[in-house]
Amino acid sequence: MIDISNKTEEDFLIIKLEGEVDASSSIHLDKALRKAIEQNFKKILIDCNNLSYISSAGLGVFMSYIQDFQSQNINLVLFGLSDKVKNVFEILGLDQLLKISKNLEDAKSLC
Amino acid sequence: MGRFFLMLSNKHIVRISVIVAVISWLFLLILDLFILFEISNSMNVGIHREVSAFLLDLFFISLFVFYKIRIERAESINFIDLLWRVFVTGLLATIVSFAIRFFYLMVGSSNLAENPYLINFFYHINLGLISAFIISTLVVWKRLILYQKTKKLLILWQIFEYSLLCSILLNFFGIEVLGDLAYNIILLTLLLLGVILSVNLKWVAYLNFKQKWKSILLIILVILYLIYFFINLRTYSEDNGPVIITDLLDNVFVRALFGFILTYCIFSLLVILFNLPTSSVFEQKFEDVINFQRLSQSIQGGKNEEQVLEILLDSSSSAVLAGAGWIEIFKNNSENKYLRTDNLAIKDIRRIKEAIRKSKIKNLLETEIYSIGNVNKLTASIKDTKFRSSLLVPLIVQKSQIGIMALLKDVNDGFNKEIIDIIRTFANQACISIENFRLLGEAIENERYKEELKIAKKVQKSLLPSNLISNACFDISGFSVSADEVGGDYYDTYPLSDHKYVLIIGDVSGKGTSAAFNMSQMKGVFYSLVQLDLSSKEFLIHANNALSKCLEKTSFITLSFYIVNTKEKTIEFSRAGHCPTLYYNHRKGYADFFENKGLGLGILRNDNYKKYVEVNHIDYGNGDIMMLYTDGITEARNELEEEFGYERLKAFLDDHASMDPYSIQRDLLETLYTFVGGKSRYDDYSALIIKFK
Repeated sequence: MIDISNKTEEDFLIIKLEGEVDASSSIHLDKALRKAIEQNFKKILIDCNNLSYISSAGLGVFMSYIQDFQSQNINLVLFGLSDKVKNVFEILGLDQLLKISKNLEDAKSLC
Repeated sequence: MGRFFLMLSNKHIVRISVIVAVISWLFLLILDLFILFEISNSMNVGIHREVSAFLLDLFFISLFVFYKIRIERAESINFIDLLWRVFVTGLLATIVSFAIRFFYLMVGSSNLAENPYLINFFYHINLGLISAFIISTLVVWKRLILYQKTKKLLILWQIFEYSLLCSILLNFFGIEVLGDLAYNIILLTLLLLGVILSVNLKWVAYLNFKQKWKSILLIILVILYLIYFFINLRTYSEDNGPVIITDLLDNVFVRALFGFILTYCIFSLLVILFNLPTSSVFEQKFEDVINFQRLSQSIQGGKNEEQVLEILLDSSSSAVLAGAGWIEIFKNNSENKYLRTDNLAIKDIRRIKEAIRKSKIKNLLETEIYSIGNVNKLTASIKDTKFRSSLLVPLIVQKSQIGIMALLKDVNDGFNKEIIDIIRTFANQACISIENFRLLGEAIENERYKEELKIAKKVQKSLLPSNLISNACFDISGFSVSADEVGGDYYDTYPLSDHKYVLIIGDVSGKGTSAAFNMSQMKGVFYSLVQLDLSSKEFLIHANNALSKCLEKTSFITLSFYIVNTKEKTIEFSRAGHCPTLYYNHRKGYADFFENKGLGLGILRNDNYKKYVEVNHIDYGNGDIMMLYTDGITEARNELEEEFGYERLKAFLDDHASMDPYSIQRDLLETLYTFVGGKSRYDDYSALIIKFK
């Protein structure tokens, strides 16, 4: 189960993920990201402070947008990841393709 | 006799009856003319009047048989058609009769007009047609009276019918024998029976408004015919009494029939007239029943949910009479869909919704109602330019609201309790239909899914190697278990030469058939590339290229690739996003995870991928153990939702380092099962364990 909420700060879109992203809830994540791209946000921050788990399907969602982000000059930064979640990103190697930072402030400066 | 008729088909009987009727009528005519000749010439050839009576009876009976088969046996004739037949027969008789009158009008008071033979001839024509008219009407009336008959009614009718037949025969014996009193008693008895039977008018209730008006018209015409025929016959016998040999009106049968037909005409006319104002109500009820049936049957007819709701809206809006309405279907992921009646535009709906929001039943629009049983207010007046009252009915399927139906009327308090009950019944029936539809769909889907899983599992099993390479330099053991779902774990080995071996373990993202399918692609890629004797880096770059083109957008594969050289005792390896390998160093006496970088296959689908491939080399020693595994093991959770994790895996290998790979594998599974507590909770566990000698 996952709760996704959006808010904007300055020109940042902050997508807050709460709960677990597994095969079924990854659909909602995918929708949220697609909507953000369609709305032409160039600075997207993913708040993972309350993200307890992400499955390979969830990683697949992030992964599927990497090339879109690059081609459309979209800056996406994940922040507030727990060690466990961060480890999942690192093992797959996604930390090399996505920006990951500690907190919101750092994330904004990375954009 | 009965047997004789049974042997004949109805067609034959009709033909015979027509022939008998025509012949008997002709003979009657000839005979009567002959008797007339005999009388006028004061001759006595000895022809008895009984013969002409007999011929008349024969004529009646054959007509009766003819119409009985033609009308009574005719199937699927509606009431209006029946009345129409009566009307047409009567019309024919009237036209002919008028033609005769016209003839007399033309000839004036000449000799021809006074000719008794001619008068008699024309009288016989009238006699034949009027007999046909009253007898066919009798049969039609029989059908109408016996509509939805009871046994009692049927018996009563049979008494009436047999009495009428008897009265035909009375004619044969000569009415003079009986005397006036007996004649009147018989006539009155027959008429009484006719009156009793005439109260059976059930068919009237089944006429709609238009049909009732038609019936009234036709019955009035039939009454006019009857009166005209009766007067016509009377005039003949009064004006030309001595000339008429066979007077139709002398007949009890004919008089009784005239009386009966007239009585039934008057009864029907009155009943139809009194029923006229209520016919619309009856029609409505009838339509409601039919609509209800349509709703119940809509699912069997292979209709989908939306079609069922369309039928519901259609039935409901016609039930409330001249109403408008819409059904809003709630959609989770997209905009709500509207079904609406033709007289309502989308912008009307928006406006009326606003009006409802200001009314007493606004909460029906706002909140989801799970049971309409405890909602007592479904209807309210609204302030709108076009509509004055509204009725909202929530549609509930499997305890969740799938939508709401709104019905509108242009009058205040347009929905009474009866209408609301009917609409709610309609809605319930539609919801039940949809529920059945969904349950059926789920059952089919489940069955299909199970079948799919079975196939996927089979495919997956066949992709894993049944035999691993064996070698004097190391022992190897591998396993992959998956729970109820199909996993995407893959491992394999391949001997490049007698001292060079490739080991691979991978995990395909996703589950089910797509995972099994991607896994088979992985196997294909592995077998085609591994034979090229590539370095681990080259292998991963080529594999990434190949898989980038065939994996769907959100799928990827993680992989660890090892080339073991037993001659040089070295291992070259690269990791493509797969969980880090656990390596037990016998010399150091403990296990640790490799910390090399890498990126999953299919994540970066361009040339940049090669930047992320790292190649590592190690030398191995005797007793070293390499454990390749998939994340199902480290992510296995116990009842407290704790993961098995890296530390436990490391500790496990430390404890079991002295064992052979097969025993390690056995103990690992046992440890995992104990950890998760109950086999029902386990996921996919795969591992490949190599112990170097």
